[in-house]
Amino acid sequence: MPHDRKGKPPMTIEITQMTRSFGKTAVLRGIDLTVADGELVALLGPSGSGKTTLLKIIAGLDWPDAGRLTVDGTDWLKLDAQDRRIGFVFQNYALFPHMTVRDNIAFGLTVRPKAERPSRAEIRRRVDELLGFLQIGALGDRHPAQLSGGQRQRVALGRALAIEPTVLLLDEPFGALDAAVRRDLRQWLRGVHDATGTTTIFVTHDQEEAFELADRVVVMDHGRIVQTGDAATIHDSPATPFVADFMGASIQLPVTVQGGRLAAPGLDADHLPARLPDGPARLFVRPEDLTPVPDPGGPWTVASVSNTGAHLRLVLSDAAGTEIPADLRRRSPRAAQIAPGMRVNLRPEHASVFPAETA
Amino acid sequence: MSPASAPAVRARAVLPGFRLTLGTTVLYLSIIVLIPIIALVLTGAGIGPGRLWAIITAPRTLASLRITITAAAIATVINAVYGLLMAWVLVRYRFPGRRLLDALMDIPFALPTAVAGLSLTALYSANGWFGAVLEPLGLQIVYTLGGIVLAMSFTSIPFVVRAVQPVLEELDPALEQAAASLGSRGFTTFRRVVFPAIMPAWLGGVTTSFARSLGEFGAVVFIAGNLPFKTEIASLLAYIRLEEYDYEGAAAIALVLMVLALVLLFVSNMVQLRAARYGAVTA
Repeated sequence: MPHDRKGKPPMTIEITQMTRSFGKTAVLRGIDLTVADGELVALLGPSGSGKTTLLKIIAGLDWPDAGRLTVDGTDWLKLDAQDRRIGFVFQNYALFPHMTVRDNIAFGLTVRPKAERPSRAEIRRRVDELLGFLQIGALGDRHPAQLSGGQRQRVALGRALAIEPTVLLLDEPFGALDAAVRRDLRQWLRGVHDATGTTTIFVTHDQEEAFELADRVVVMDHGRIVQTGDAATIHDSPATPFVADFMGASIQLPVTVQGGRLAAPGLDADHLPARLPDGPARLFVRPEDLTPVPDPGGPWTVASVSNTGAHLRLVLSDAAGTEIPADLRRRSPRAAQIAPGMRVNLRPEHASVFPAETA
Repeated sequence: MSPASAPAVRARAVLPGFRLTLGTTVLYLSIIVLIPIIALVLTGAGIGPGRLWAIITAPRTLASLRITITAAAIATVINAVYGLLMAWVLVRYRFPGRRLLDALMDIPFALPTAVAGLSLTALYSANGWFGAVLEPLGLQIVYTLGGIVLAMSFTSIPFVVRAVQPVLEELDPALEQAAASLGSRGFTTFRRVVFPAIMPAWLGGVTTSFARSLGEFGAVVFIAGNLPFKTEIASLLAYIRLEEYDYEGAAAIALVLMVLALVLLFVSNMVQLRAARYGAVTA
């Protein structure tokens, strides 16, 4: 364990009413966010949602037009990036190409003013410790060009951790890696966080990554925070149609709410709660939550069935030509009943309802 | 089926015309570059080592070589510093007139060197714009080593600027941001992060600039005054020898200049290769 948390001041990050525009494009439109000491938070959103800009502002690599950023009561907007002691891991790692792994990791210590700089031996000891902790002990004398993506990621993290950062910020930390390495490193990063206890914020567009790794997920869209919560909350109770869609509820069905019940032709949704006033509404469903129920009078037809091994992927169509996907576990009893050309009703096992769009 | 029984397939090149294009290139390069150099070396070898040594160590030759190398070295130091600054300004800042300034950088390349020499002489002579100010202060540029340095740096400055510029443009801004987040400021970041990345290109530009200065002729002869032992450069002396039908003398001096230039190019390539090995050029 490279750091001792004892004696470290708590680092609560508070962001209020933060806005930022690039020219005429508003990138952040009033962000309020508090990150508790030692928390691991994911900023989740599609590209263009403003999550990277927010991260760069916290790091001091970009500046807001308005708003406040305080850390443990100190106004960070008055501090240069150099004085914030941020560990920032860049999307492409931004390792110094002409330096060895050792020199990269030692960089933050060697650039300190003479009075604060640890001795050569002390720097060497800390780099050794980090190399071991990051499981890259044998790579110390290599150059970044001689490393794999996953190894570079570890070096980048080592370089950030070497300065014993108050806050660790990671921009799409696994974006450039292949799936297997990604999963590996996710577990490992969680381990690093648990061992160091450093307050950590990372940016991702991958919901699985966000949920698996973070204590709390902050969903952003068009420069706003649209929902904050843990995996289950955001997955099961999306706050807005955008969150529902972004979390994989890609099927939208027009429904009518009447006396707390959902109604639509061929829809079996009596078991779903509908806490909306009477009127038109939209139902958001994930393909895997949609069960086709055979019914000769059903309005939907099974247009095609393809087999992905674990699942049967169906395409259902109605008389108007609307096509929607549905996923069934191939070995489920229901799947055995399904054949192309069959008429079916739809039973959403789980869904979210929002008022119809007022145009 | 055993692999041996499969019919052999001849690989076809995806891009056609390799032989034709390579052949043309090599032929052209030979006629324009290689054969003249070989001819020069052969002529030099024909002189015989004793005579060659005598020509090179003749006081006037030595003086001209010393003047050439000294002036080229001073011009190169000026270009190394100013060219780097110029490239930095052109890449890092956005200001009105930047494109014009960028285009102006090509003038020393495009301008006939004689024109450059003439206009520099006119400017710095006793009744020129600059000369009228400088000469009363006791600073004479024309007909001195200063004039030679001036002409040399004028003609070779673009080598440094144009070598550094593209590499600086390609430099990932995240590198400097990373340095900043790790606590590094201004000049430390430049010295530890930016300069090592552009150093190979810069060194390449500086070496080419030096090699070019060694051989600069057109611009220098107008402003130098060409006094033997004082302001006579080596390539001019070679020209004078040729005028005197002293082919051996001309070839011997040219040979020295050529060897100097080749050694420089070799050293520069070695340094760049070493630095490029770890991708320092392309960040």
